[in-house]
Amino acid sequence: MRNALKTFLRAAVVALLAVVIVAPTAHAEVRIDITRGRVEPMPIAVPSFPGNNDEMKQMGKDVADVIAKDLERSGLFRPLDQKAFLQELSSLDVQPRFADWRTLAAQALVQGSVEQQPNGQIRIAFRLWDVFGGQQMEGKGYGTDAGNWRRVAHMIADLIYSTITGESGYFDTRIVYIAESGPAINRVKRLAIMDQDGANHRYLTDGSALVLTPRFSPTGPEITYLSYFRNVPRVYLFNIDTGRQEVLGDFPGMTYAPRFAPDGNGVTFAAALNGNSDIYTMDLRSRRMTRLTDNPGIDTSPCFSPKGDQVAFASDRGGTQQIYVMNADGTNPQRISFGTGKGRYGTPVWSPRGDLIAFTRYATSDGNFYIGVMKPDGSGERLLAQGFLVEAPTWSPNGRVLMYFAQSPNGGRAKLFSIDLTGYNQREIVTPQDASDPAWSPLSP
Amino acid sequence: MKLRILSVVAIAVLLAACSSKKQETAATTAAATPPAAASPSGPAPDSIEYFNSVVGNVVNFGLDKYDLDAAAQSKLKGQATWLKQYPARTLTVEGHCDERGTREYNLGLGDRRANAVKAFLQAEGVAANRIKTISYGKERPMCVSSDEACYSKNRRGASVVQ
Repeated sequence: MRNALKTFLRAAVVALLAVVIVAPTAHAEVRIDITRGRVEPMPIAVPSFPGNNDEMKQMGKDVADVIAKDLERSGLFRPLDQKAFLQELSSLDVQPRFADWRTLAAQALVQGSVEQQPNGQIRIAFRLWDVFGGQQMEGKGYGTDAGNWRRVAHMIADLIYSTITGESGYFDTRIVYIAESGPAINRVKRLAIMDQDGANHRYLTDGSALVLTPRFSPTGPEITYLSYFRNVPRVYLFNIDTGRQEVLGDFPGMTYAPRFAPDGNGVTFAAALNGNSDIYTMDLRSRRMTRLTDNPGIDTSPCFSPKGDQVAFASDRGGTQQIYVMNADGTNPQRISFGTGKGRYGTPVWSPRGDLIAFTRYATSDGNFYIGVMKPDGSGERLLAQGFLVEAPTWSPNGRVLMYFAQSPNGGRAKLFSIDLTGYNQREIVTPQDASDPAWSPLSP
Repeated sequence: MKLRILSVVAIAVLLAACSSKKQETAATTAAATPPAAASPSGPAPDSIEYFNSVVGNVVNFGLDKYDLDAAAQSKLKGQATWLKQYPARTLTVEGHCDERGTREYNLGLGDRRANAVKAFLQAEGVAANRIKTISYGKERPMCVSSDEACYSKNRRGASVVQ
């Protein structure tokens, strides 16, 4: 058994080296360019991974299912119906009969296996094949506890995605959001977390305090959010792994609209004093606070650039709420949102790639809300989603997908949606209850 | 064998702004109700119920506004008179907004509204340490229909007496 795996691993390493050597050709062939708008999804075959006992066989079925669903939801892949498959790949060492897979028009094939090890651990391994070229594009094995099989499946899906698109993936991630229940005039709101595919859903707070606007740390298992605990709205930090909570700083008024600095060592937020909101940052190590704005307008919704050298924020200092960008020390604030007609812009969120800022826009001309993106200098504005109320964009860690929530009129349903940066592939993210204020985690470490 | 590159459709422009303009009539029609003597069967003059129903505990604001119009000022004068008459009472002023704004901006706007009410009551002689403020943004509407009649009710400062 061990020897066989060693052989496999060696083969995988050799195969990986081989991929590196042939990559320029292979990559140019089986490739999806996701920057180019609407893409015809690539047909891909993801047969159930064979297992070395009944339990592993079931797990192999589930792993393949998670991978296929991840790839399908991206809008870039079309997993083929398993019933049509002509060849059973009973182990990782069986050579695919590429002619059989070609007749199904599969462009890529995922071959895998799940094995229980003598020490109780499991090993999940896969190869990604270019069906038409008959070449292995990628291959890898993962040794882990059986309980981690879903994460491994997401990691494999990420590797398939990145091999074929040339972009990093976003499947091994989580979503923290606000779960809503009860009547609209007295809504119960709870912090909730789930995998990006909806699995492993759990509530983090019990609903006794109103909670809003959670945001993930870019570096650790931590979130920052607003809680009305004891009827005092304050920014809190919450460690997801330990459950430990702490209030951020000691301010005389409300603190709100928090977001982490890109290095995870600071938080920027708004603080209101005597009716005036300004923007602050706090260093989480020294607890030193810096005031970034001092303006009679409402300054709120601050968000660092990924480099940490600038902060985008919303302000009504010019009369209506617009987006501004300033240096991280608060100097040189410049308005960047103008738009056509009378639009109000809020909740700027910098893309992890740094090239775009997502925003919420309210158009007084038609009374609708929009989710859109613009460059950090305000040029190139594009609107991606529209609705009676759409709000709170959050980026996938690769900067290719946005999630947001949409609320129906008259106190109707609130739901999460995702949409590609291209404006295509809008999907509902199904949650057990109504949902708002989503925040996407970075790729899990 | 060569692989075919998947066909790609060029990106489409996504937005076409509609032209229809909704009329926005910010109607602040709250009538100034001078504090009247309670009828023998009505609530006791020192009760919270009296404050809420006879003095009036809610003032309304215009769209994106936090200034107090004549009707609001008149009502707040009544609140100040009552509060000075019953010095043991304290209050929390809640600032609220309609649903047509982003959550975070509305939290800032609600804070502005609550503090506008507080500042007015202070100027009328109510001690600052008797008045707390809290912003609920758009989180606690009075009504949920998506029309201006309801939005104008939700844009409010509510004085909650303890």
